Amino acid sequence: MVLISKQNIRDYGKGLALIVILLISWEGFALMIQNNYILPRLGEIFSVLLQPAAPVLGGESLIQNTIQSLREVLTGFLCAAAVAIPLGLFIGWSKEVQKYLNPTIQILRPVPPIAWMPFSIAWFGIGFNSILFIIGMGAFFPILINTVDGVQGVRLRWIEVAETFHATTFEQLRTVILPGALPVIWNGLRVSFGVAWMCVVAAEMLPGTTAGLGYLIMYAYKLGQLQVIGAGMIIIGVIGLGADTLFRAGQERLFGWQGRE
Amino acid sequence: MEPVLSLDGIVKTFRDNEKSCPALAGISFDVAAREIVCIMGPSGCGKSTLLRIIGGLDSADAGRISQTAGNKDGKPSVAMVFQDHALFPWLTVYENIVYGLRLSVQNLPEEEIAKRAESLLDLTHLTAFALSYPHQLSGGMKQRASVARALAIKPSILLMDEPFSALDTFTRRELEDEVVRIRQDLKTTFLMVTHNPEEAIYIADRIVILSGRPAVVSDILPIDLPYPRDKADPEFIRIREQVTRMIRGKA
Repeated sequence: MVLISKQNIRDYGKGLALIVILLISWEGFALMIQNNYILPRLGEIFSVLLQPAAPVLGGESLIQNTIQSLREVLTGFLCAAAVAIPLGLFIGWSKEVQKYLNPTIQILRPVPPIAWMPFSIAWFGIGFNSILFIIGMGAFFPILINTVDGVQGVRLRWIEVAETFHATTFEQLRTVILPGALPVIWNGLRVSFGVAWMCVVAAEMLPGTTAGLGYLIMYAYKLGQLQVIGAGMIIIGVIGLGADTLFRAGQERLFGWQGRE
Repeated sequence: MEPVLSLDGIVKTFRDNEKSCPALAGISFDVAAREIVCIMGPSGCGKSTLLRIIGGLDSADAGRISQTAGNKDGKPSVAMVFQDHALFPWLTVYENIVYGLRLSVQNLPEEEIAKRAESLLDLTHLTAFALSYPHQLSGGMKQRASVARALAIKPSILLMDEPFSALDTFTRRELEDEVVRIRQDLKTTFLMVTHNPEEAIYIADRIVILSGRPAVVSDILPIDLPYPRDKADPEFIRIREQVTRMIRGKA
């Protein structure tokens, strides 16, 4: 395993050092301030984390909330990918299509997903679909933009090779453009998953939501339970890190050729 | 002998913002079966453009290209090797070699594909690297794989655009020998652009020399030396000097 070489352990150590310093400082200030509404003690946060299956604040357990959020994020992310990748291939493939669509995309892109909330409720009602819509809006653009970039970055020479073998447009797409653009698309997916995960807190602020890490954080806020908020934040952060690590590992495994062709 | 490829008055003018830039002004010559023909000429004279037109990557403004042999669908069966090997980095050497084969011959049984790939891997000395990826190969091996990929569709003519100019001298020499050997073994016809007179004289039956822009065929020089040729042979050197002079005179 390359993951546990000496060099890697040293690198992990460097990263861990700051985390330890932050935790110690947090605990130090918490001891000085002695106010749970400003800085809850680490022990309290961890006691929430250490009972992941126990009901939190009279509701679902941490595990149930986490699963709920993961389900929303994954569904929203996959829906976004299912639309953004084909659309991105289309836009990247045709400069003409890009001229038609680009202004609209560039106007919609900077709109924060949460701004869609009122429309989302009006269109999809309260519940899972609205949350999906907001997460999907956040996840959509990084995938779209990267797919377009990826397609436009495919070496013309590769397409010419396909042409000399009389590949049809669809065959070119399947055998050259898609695999050639995939590393960049993959990077878009990685960024997008991060954004989707960030959107979950916002999306679960929707009225009528009853579970999920975002909901838990907002609910704990109303009750002034900052240690629960801390625990929720840590779970979101750790899962985000885990997803990113998986995407990076996939990148190295699948696209080892990148930059070496 | 019946020509495999026949060019008749190929004209090409590049147009860019109303400015027209004539590249080819009526190119005509034939290539016979099993021949190795090299195209030479001053740089920028349109050698690559001519090859791209024959390969179907560019279109001519006027003139006719006729090919006697075609594949089953009636598409002219030409294959192309580029200066940069242009292998697909995400495919193994094996998958690269069969890439064109899968596209141009639909529904070829997998055993047939494997059989052809194996003989090509053998021919290009890449058997041990069938499952390697292009970035794991040396420059010469990459270019050999690229030649194998082009040969896989059994083209009636193999077009090569300065295929060895990015390689070191020794590798280059090795691949030049291989072209001659492949012609012997597979009866392939080669049309190759090169800027190296020594290379052209070493492998070609005939050298087509183009003039500067807009290009016309200024000379067609048959090389009558027996194979394998010796680059140190006085006659070889004489022809080399002659070719160099001819090209310089056209620039």
